Amino acid sequence: MSIVGTRVVRVEDEKLITTGGTYIEDLREEALTGAVHAMFVRSPIAHARITSIDTSEALAAPGVVAVYTAEDIDLAPGAAGPVAEPWLADGVVRYVGQPVALVLTQERYQLADAAELVDVDYEPLDAVASIDAALSDETVIFPEHGSNLMQEHGHEFDDNAFADCEVVITETIVNQRVAPAPLEVRGAACVWGEDGRLTFWPSTQNPQMARTIIAAGLGVGEESVHVITPDVGGGFGAKIGADPDAVVIAWASRKAGRAVRWSETRSENMTAMTHGRAQQNTVTVGGRRDGTILAFRLDIVQDAGAYPRTLFLPTLTELMASGVYHFPKVEARSRGVVTNTTPISAYRGAGRPEATAAIERAMDLFAAEIGMDPAEVRKVNFIRPDEFPYQTPTGAVYDTGEYAQALDKVLENAGYTELRAEQARRRDSGDPVALGLGLATYVEITGGDGGGESGRVDIHADGSVTAYTGSSPHGQGLDTTLAMLLSDQLGVPMDRITVRHGDTDEVPKGVGTFGSRSLQLGGSAVRQAADEVIERAKQVAAELLEASTDDMELNAEAGMWQVRGAPSSRTVTWAQVAEKAGEGQLSADVWFDKGTPTFPFGAHLAVVEVDTLTGKVVLRRLVALDDAGPVVNPVTFTGQRHGGLGQGAAQALLEVMNYDADGNPTTATLADYSFITATELPDFELLDMATPTDRNLLGVKGIGEAATIGSTPAVHNAVVDALSHLGVKHIDMPTTPMRVWQALARVREAD
Amino acid sequence: MRVTIEINGRTVTDEVEDRTLLVHFVRENAGLTATNIGCDTTSCGACTVLLDGESVKSCTVLAAQADGHKVTTLEGLSGPDGEQHPLQRSFREQHGLQCGFCTPGMIMASASLLAHNPKPTRDEVREGLEGNLCRCTGYHNIVSAVIEASGQEVDR
Ligand code: FES
Ligand code: FES
Repeated sequence: MSIVGTRVVRVEDEKLITTGGTYIEDLREEALTGAVHAMFVRSPIAHARITSIDTSEALAAPGVVAVYTAEDIDLAPGAAGPVAEPWLADGVVRYVGQPVALVLTQERYQLADAAELVDVDYEPLDAVASIDAALSDETVIFPEHGSNLMQEHGHEFDDNAFADCEVVITETIVNQRVAPAPLEVRGAACVWGEDGRLTFWPSTQNPQMARTIIAAGLGVGEESVHVITPDVGGGFGAKIGADPDAVVIAWASRKAGRAVRWSETRSENMTAMTHGRAQQNTVTVGGRRDGTILAFRLDIVQDAGAYPRTLFLPTLTELMASGVYHFPKVEARSRGVVTNTTPISAYRGAGRPEATAAIERAMDLFAAEIGMDPAEVRKVNFIRPDEFPYQTPTGAVYDTGEYAQALDKVLENAGYTELRAEQARRRDSGDPVALGLGLATYVEITGGDGGGESGRVDIHADGSVTAYTGSSPHGQGLDTTLAMLLSDQLGVPMDRITVRHGDTDEVPKGVGTFGSRSLQLGGSAVRQAADEVIERAKQVAAELLEASTDDMELNAEAGMWQVRGAPSSRTVTWAQVAEKAGEGQLSADVWFDKGTPTFPFGAHLAVVEVDTLTGKVVLRRLVALDDAGPVVNPVTFTGQRHGGLGQGAAQALLEVMNYDADGNPTTATLADYSFITATELPDFELLDMATPTDRNLLGVKGIGEAATIGSTPAVHNAVVDALSHLGVKHIDMPTTPMRVWQALARVREAD
Repeated sequence: MRVTIEINGRTVTDEVEDRTLLVHFVRENAGLTATNIGCDTTSCGACTVLLDGESVKSCTVLAAQADGHKVTTLEGLSGPDGEQHPLQRSFREQHGLQCGFCTPGMIMASASLLAHNPKPTRDEVREGLEGNLCRCTGYHNIVSAVIEASGQEVDR
């Protein structure tokens, strides 16, 4: 029986559960002996002119090796974009947390003492702390740019778009800013060799991209930078590539001529690592009273934070605007603005959760207005299975989907009819604890970058296998998944297969892990490499068995080469073939270049109880179907879904990164930020379905972000649904007790 | 100042600053790096160890306070013959970890939880682990892992 699709516990876990992994701070490499410690001095003010920086006191403090400011940095200005981001703040600071200086000390405990002594004088400027303030251009953050508007993209809106509609609903929906908050903060260690080559250990999702960014930042060739990724304690999109901080660390190490270790504090992480989401979206949906939607419009404003690093997010939201629905007319446009807040970048889902949140809220608003069950409205408007491949009006080309079937399965398994009946009973009896049911049907894009991935497979003379992947897992369990694929394909047992990644000397080409791309692209690359190795082995096996190459076949069940149709005595093992070929000969190094995106989908149902007296929301059930095609390992597949459900629900219920009107973050520690805990989540109820894609060698789609995308609007819709009979139409996330209570107070007042 | 702490059955004596945290003593002076640091506000639980058998967040205990006491970290959980603790086995079996960064703290907190409540319900596990944050797993499988380690049937 094939190992693919069966439950296999992770090979990664052995060290993680015994001695712990080796994260940045755990590195005990000899080359790092005597490394100095680094800490950034970060701006405590959102927007200010730096009038002076005095480092003399800090320099005299115990153990201080160096203090660097923008003046010292002799690198070309930072990455391209509408405005350049300085390596260290140069003249002006633009968000709380922006690096202003870097302190190097002998001992770790000397860092904070010395950083305190760097005396920076700030002359405050007006802060732009919200999207509305940014759009007003009353204060322009980059005067040379002339406006806070950094990007405009998408459709012109048609004044007549909704002319034929019986019902038109408009609502502005805030997709709040959240902190990715991986449990391991950002960090790095590095050392320059005598050969002038940098070895750099970052906590990253893609070492090759980190290498490119660091080399470009330093102005050296890529061959001068060797990146090695140790274990990574979570990324969630915020550890894609390398932040400017990493370049400064590499530069400081060269300047000081010392090995350097850097690890930010959690409080720094909360303001200095990029945040996610941060969109304000206006949806307009119009249609007929029978539930048919005729037109949908999405007007996106992305808060890009102080430096617009990733304006691809709102364009991805545009691309996915119409979700799982076939609407005759769809319009989406986006604007990206800068504010005096932490820069925004990818966070689990990156642009797609925002699209789904908008459309799924809009579907419920429409359903409520026409008095139809939200499940029915969805069914009326789904793209039908016979319409695939389906090109959306905003340019996505969906591969395969069974949207109605997914929703039906969820409704049936969750007992939707009974739940609605219970809701009605509670409402009739005047129960102060209201029941809410929330649906979301979603489609998302995986491998959306459209790039390829590298894969290499070596079969050694003893028959063991080493595979190299350009993907860079950080908790997803890809080592296990790839070993399963190879075991299945080659007939070599799992424990004879080693998967390697994360070292740019070993794997010079790679794109890494983000956008749920690793299995569909990294897996396909490894499959392609193994196919090539099998072709080569065929010739060698033919020589050994004195048969024609055309007659050779690999018995993958047994892991043996045999002559087709011949008695089983005529077989040779992989080891025999590899030995005959010679070490290093059964090897293939490929680039899987068919990086066409795929479109996983699913349906989620959330059940909440809302105490109408206190506003407290309790998430009772989360029933989720996530279809990402065939499953290689149900263990990790389920794990990815669980994690996604938890993070998605967290955004709907609790999490928000807040700033006051002056741009001061008010949720900058884990004591203030409502990070979701085990008590706020229920046991998840998962349903399975597998609709393959034809866009890669495995038929698989990505699963890393899917559940986050579906669960956020499902939980959000459930909270609003719980209160709909009281007249509440919409509450922005997070649906905290205060927000719920205020919404109820508003409708009571209006009565 | 000089402190002596018995860590995983081994006596470690070293000269430290007064303000040295137990977590740093464990990691730097004793060289045991499984115990992680995830925050600076005693919020995440990544640094959880057992101090005289009770779970503590070792980022909130001074090394000096642990002077003369016994500390157990993840590295000390396996038996002398290398046999793994039921929690180590169940975390793997139930896929109770992904990136693994919260795992040492989670397992130590779970050990303490089970010592006080050998047959917890799923809700009791959730409450017992409230001080330990995980960003990856959504907690479901962590709860299952603790249930399995307690010898109860896991309803996956
Ligand atoms: S590091 Fe101790 S609780 Fe977070
Ligand atoms: S497994 Fe990553 S934080 Fe828990």
